[in-house]
Amino acid sequence: MAQTTDQPLLVAEALSWQRRLLSIGEGLRRAPLIPTIGIGLIIICALFAPWIAPFEPTKNNLMINFVPPAWHEGGSWTHALGTDKLGRDILSRIIHGTRVSLSLSIAVIFLGGTAGTIFGLASGFLGGKTDAVVQRGVEAILALPLILVALVFMSAFGTSFTNVIFILSPFVAARFARMVRGEALSIRELDYVALARVVGSPTHRIVLKHILPNVFNTVVVLSTLEVGHLILVESSLSFLGVGIPPPRPAWGLMVADGRDFIQSHYWLTLFPGFAILVSVMCLNLFGDWLRDTLDPRRRQL
Amino acid sequence: MLGYIAGRILQGAINIIFITVLVFILARASGDPVESFVPDEASEATIQLIRERLGLNEPLHVQYWIFFKGLLVGDLGDSKILKEPVTKLLVERLPATFSLAATAMAIAMGMALPLGVLSAVYRDTWIDRVAKIVAFLGQSSPQFWIAIMLMILFGVVLGLLPVAGRSGPSSYVLPGFTMGWFVIAGLVRLTRSSMLDVLDSDYITMARGKGLPERTVIWKHALRNAMIPVLTYSSLILGGFMNGSVIVEAVFAWPGIGRLALDAVQSRDFPVVQGVVIMVGAFFVVINLLVDVAYAIVNPRIKYSTN
Repeated sequence: MAQTTDQPLLVAEALSWQRRLLSIGEGLRRAPLIPTIGIGLIIICALFAPWIAPFEPTKNNLMINFVPPAWHEGGSWTHALGTDKLGRDILSRIIHGTRVSLSLSIAVIFLGGTAGTIFGLASGFLGGKTDAVVQRGVEAILALPLILVALVFMSAFGTSFTNVIFILSPFVAARFARMVRGEALSIRELDYVALARVVGSPTHRIVLKHILPNVFNTVVVLSTLEVGHLILVESSLSFLGVGIPPPRPAWGLMVADGRDFIQSHYWLTLFPGFAILVSVMCLNLFGDWLRDTLDPRRRQL
Repeated sequence: MLGYIAGRILQGAINIIFITVLVFILARASGDPVESFVPDEASEATIQLIRERLGLNEPLHVQYWIFFKGLLVGDLGDSKILKEPVTKLLVERLPATFSLAATAMAIAMGMALPLGVLSAVYRDTWIDRVAKIVAFLGQSSPQFWIAIMLMILFGVVLGLLPVAGRSGPSSYVLPGFTMGWFVIAGLVRLTRSSMLDVLDSDYITMARGKGLPERTVIWKHALRNAMIPVLTYSSLILGGFMNGSVIVEAVFAWPGIGRLALDAVQSRDFPVVQGVVIMVGAFFVVINLLVDVAYAIVNPRIKYSTN
């Protein structure tokens, strides 16, 4: 008896997954062209940086420092965007910089997003004391001045790639928790969840099978939007000297390096910052589009 | 209503305690406070004596309690480098930061309000599109880079404005614009959606029906009501300005608390850093609290929707 009812259900589930994959492909065809290409480029640069970049990002050569960009007198296409004070190729450093920014953001979103989603689900679905405790924690974290706290943290423990991840993750987790909690709260009240409870599904099954898939869209949208936000925060911290330590080619660090030379060598600061601007813009445009597509209710926001 | 306000005050207290505990733990993690100011040749007995006098032999929670009691009376300890009370340093630096924040707010409002109103009135026209692009750029640009690009353009190339320090009114322009620029996005969006809501309401139709000129209807009748959420939001922005002051003040060599904190980090002057963090954090919490309470009084429905 149980088998006969289970069988068609499984088929239906498999079908729905296939349909889901198809609809993702279908959706991407309608994605906004420029941001999608931009994000594609960023990902390719990050993955294949050593093969794409013409030079080593950290190789010094004081013989060729401050070479101007190609279109200036004295510039050449060997160093299309010029070189910095240590003779490092700016273009190569920007290309390698995608790696730093992207890997850091993904790590933070993975850690913070997972923790935040779990807390948000627990908080929204269980309610009561769990909800109260989690919400107090979330609000306390969101009330912290992020840059200043990062400043204190870094001055206590020193700067490193992992420390930046460590300090940013709780903030991301708090934002995810708040968002997911809201979704979980409204889904909890829906009829089919009540039905699942009536037929005796255990709590963990309801959460995993009925609630999680429904907050999945929110999580995807928030992740995309957070990447852009995190690139901005990370580059600001690196710029202030409390983020990624040198000589790693982080974009914020490159702008900081060029700061003393704005009188004569503008290209040291212009291009890395422009890379940040364009990346964040592509990510935000893509995130906005994704939100509108996955959740038409939010179009007004 | 009272329950809601009590809840908000409790949350505010939790937030402030959370910040102080966090900073206290980080301060301990940053190294033994005695080692940093005792000369190398000091004997073990002297070090013990100093530890005793500073209360460093007490258990951690007792130490925290002493630290917290100090905070309550405004004692944030002394700067290790400048040898002055941190509270005094903060008070000296605050006017620079506040005046910059006020300038930034004026610039942001001056740009965002007209843009937001016009994009609501002329919905889906080129003005609306321009406002969207401005909002979008504000949201996506790295603040420190905008600051440097402005310095290159107005300081180096055009030579119009001073790029460092706090002197005359002209020295406020670039840092004020940089600080204001990144909140324009939120303000434009909020003004636009709030105006759209208000323009739909009956009393606007009524005002138009009376034959009032469209200019009066929009800029006087509609904007007044549309301003309520915008003003709420802008008071929250003030807290954000305090946090963002580190970046802007670092670039423009502005003698405010952000610069103070950054200099202190570089010279490893921990008491100063923690003083700035606690003060800004508390400021942020208090503003949030005031906004929540004011909102609950003005609009009693809020307490149901946020719980």
